[in-house]
Amino acid sequence: MTLPSPETLSSRETLSSREALSSRETLPVGARVRARTGDPDQHTRIPRYVRGHVGEIVAVLGEWALPDLSVRGMTQPETCYAVRFAAAELWGSGDHTVTVDLWESYLDRA
Amino acid sequence: MTEHEHASAAVAERARLLEQRLIDAGLTTDGEIDGFIASMYKGTPVNGARMVARAWTDPEYLELLLTDGNAAGAELGFDWMAYQLRVVANSAQEHNVIVCTLCSCYPVSLLGPSPGWYKSFAYRSRTVREPRAVLAEFGLTLGDDVTVRVWDSTSEARYMVLPSRPPGTDTMSPDELAALVTRNALIGTALV
Repeated sequence: MTLPSPETLSSRETLSSREALSSRETLPVGARVRARTGDPDQHTRIPRYVRGHVGEIVAVLGEWALPDLSVRGMTQPETCYAVRFAAAELWGSGDHTVTVDLWESYLDRA
Repeated sequence: MTEHEHASAAVAERARLLEQRLIDAGLTTDGEIDGFIASMYKGTPVNGARMVARAWTDPEYLELLLTDGNAAGAELGFDWMAYQLRVVANSAQEHNVIVCTLCSCYPVSLLGPSPGWYKSFAYRSRTVREPRAVLAEFGLTLGDDVTVRVWDSTSEARYMVLPSRPPGTDTMSPDELAALVTRNALIGTALV
């Protein structure tokens, strides 16, 4: 398998708004965010079950390399957040919450 | 040589060749591999239990544990964690449970290998969907007044639960308290 060049990667759907994301401020605890939809053909660490759903940032964890790029030999640190979702939002029922750690490339402000 | 040793020889040989290739390529060293293996052997649920017992008896340590798990670990000598340790506290109102839906992330170097069920497809897929049902199968039935908080380990952070201190333990020493804390209690599939 041939790995795509960085130029190819930058035009991919899941990373298409990198420029907007990288220039924005770190989101605060309490901010509401929507996990991105889309089904990247690359390795990623955003679980399918949160895609498209709205949650709340409960912690700013730190800056870690985005796994989607790390697996291709590129290191791009960015902010990773703990995002809490209500079960009813994810599944349509349930009274629990699920908190998932998500890199900023996986999120949009809701 | 016994038959058992013969059976594992092929795997050991393959691992040894892989190590040698990586060392020859300058990607790692014998020392680095030895250090990694040694760090894995330091992991045991007893480490987590000692942190919990200390937090139950020392309010300042409790604060540190909940704000900086790595610093809290280092204070007891557990200074080798290569991830961010996050500790989430149970209370009368909240119960926490840890899962890794994407693979099997777990604070191995602190707590030792994860239990087999933690890596099962059933536990990984059902815990985020119906945690109360999963916990009930572990023998843990929570009241409707308790909020269940599931933590899915998807990043460089690893999670550990701080269980609630059981009643009737006021006169116990830290060592006696630590002996009450099980591996499952640190994952959230049991109470203490």
